Amino acid sequence: MTGTIAPHPARRPALARRLILAAALGLMIVAPAASAEKLVSGVSQDQVAINATFNGSDILVYGAVARDAPLAKGVTQDVIITLEGPAQPLIVRKKARQFGIWANKESVPIDSAPSFYSVSTSVPLRQALTHTEDLRYKVSIPLAIREIGGTATAKHPQTFVNALIDIRTKAGQYEMNEDAVKFRDDTLFSTRVKLPANLTEGTYKLRIFLTQGGQVVDMSHSEITVQKTGVERWLFNLSAKQPALYGILSLFIAVAAGWLASAAFQLLRR
Amino acid sequence: MQIYLPIAEVVVNAFLLFGIGGVVGLLSGMFGVGGGFLITPALFFIGIPPSVAVSTGAVQVVASSVSAVMVHLKRRTVDFRMGTVMLLSGFVGSTIGIYVFKELERLGHINLFVEVCYTVLMGLIGTMMFQESLRAILRNRRAGKSGAPPRVIKRSHTKAQKWPLKVKFRTSGLYISILPPIMIGIVIGFLTTTLGVGGGFILVPAMIYLLGMNTKVVVGTSLYQVIFISCYAVMAHVLTSQSVDLVLAVLLTLGGVIGAQFGAMIGLKLKAEQLRILLAILVLLVGIKIFFGLVLEPADLFNLDIPGHAQ
Repeated sequence: MTGTIAPHPARRPALARRLILAAALGLMIVAPAASAEKLVSGVSQDQVAINATFNGSDILVYGAVARDAPLAKGVTQDVIITLEGPAQPLIVRKKARQFGIWANKESVPIDSAPSFYSVSTSVPLRQALTHTEDLRYKVSIPLAIREIGGTATAKHPQTFVNALIDIRTKAGQYEMNEDAVKFRDDTLFSTRVKLPANLTEGTYKLRIFLTQGGQVVDMSHSEITVQKTGVERWLFNLSAKQPALYGILSLFIAVAAGWLASAAFQLLRR
Repeated sequence: MQIYLPIAEVVVNAFLLFGIGGVVGLLSGMFGVGGGFLITPALFFIGIPPSVAVSTGAVQVVASSVSAVMVHLKRRTVDFRMGTVMLLSGFVGSTIGIYVFKELERLGHINLFVEVCYTVLMGLIGTMMFQESLRAILRNRRAGKSGAPPRVIKRSHTKAQKWPLKVKFRTSGLYISILPPIMIGIVIGFLTTTLGVGGGFILVPAMIYLLGMNTKVVVGTSLYQVIFISCYAVMAHVLTSQSVDLVLAVLLTLGGVIGAQFGAMIGLKLKAEQLRILLAILVLLVGIKIFFGLVLEPADLFNLDIPGHAQ
């Protein structure tokens, strides 16, 4: 499937773009968005189905940069690809020794943290994107997490955000893959994004950035849907929508299994 | 074979779950305990979120208790009157437990509460049972050497016999006040919903040492009570937090019911005090393991708490 291309100032019809470019040059305004590059992208699958044997998945993201004219000598461009899962609020707690026992003490509520977030780049991130552009587009992992503070009981909330990133990086939920995007002849790019087994259902947002000298030149958006299927979906829905029925079903299975095992063993013993 | 659990939202090995269920079932069949006090920590250990482990453990307890109680029903070693009194008072304790569980979960102290309770209960009960059964074994050995018949222990006159509202429990061979069984029932019910245990490992010694019940009917009566109280706990967890994972429950149950049958067979071949000392050692070991978890510095001081999906 070809990625849907979001409206962007750089993607107006060629003639209009040239007119704007001419006007911009005429007014001596350098607008980074008004370049002659256009991202065309695709993903190997825009649906991820979680079934009983689901054990993580690999998504291939690929594409090309369409140009009106070749790049000037000495100018290089870079590609950054981010994939972001549905966000949730959560609380980071820290244990401390109290009366000889390790118990949760300080806590920092996080307003929103993506359940999955991966950044893949063709060169080290700081080289591909300036700090200002990073702040603007919220590309790097710490910027994807929103912590407003206020109710935090901790002195240094930032260490809690870092701890959250550490825990999720170890679990494969947050990934920073520098140099993982293959970018050939400044035209064709591709990378694999590894999705862990413990995925949260929902819409995953895929963003592709084309940068030059640390500035974003073009950007494209698309979506990947992650959904449970089959028995997994049926059980999940039943437990959420008809908990009483789900409980009775659980107990019926437990009692039947217990009774059957006892009856079967009595037959065997004879 | 890796399998995805729809409610826990983690991937685990199906054979590992089958094996855990089997081992716990074997022990529960041997000792007449539901096995919740073993299965819940085991599920924590393999990375199942605590709320899912507590409520799904209760499903497995129902299955293995049903499997084991059948044998006792045939032998008429279930005191229905005693079981029902404890059961009804158990519902009261369970309901209180549900609210306490939710409140502690909100405050982020549920794991601490569960671990401290486990350590204290297991330490006390394990030590008591170990001493008592060791004494019984030594006494029997001495009696065996001297050739004299084993001394018949006179049932101790516990305080329970002096309290008002006396009721006859014929199967247990007791004529005691109804109040101590009610109090024990409430405590067991409370522990069922807060700790995810059936309460068998507390109930069995409580019936023997506190009430002075006939030891022959203790295991059957405990199982009868545990089945119903765990059913209630499952329904309560399903309705309040949707944390029962059926795929996980089925895999544990398959192993559990088979293990319980083998366990019951082994149990019949061992002497009562030998069984009790083994159970005491097991309870003490689990208690010590959890105790060290509390006092040793954890590898990661930070932990994440996702509302509605405890991790």
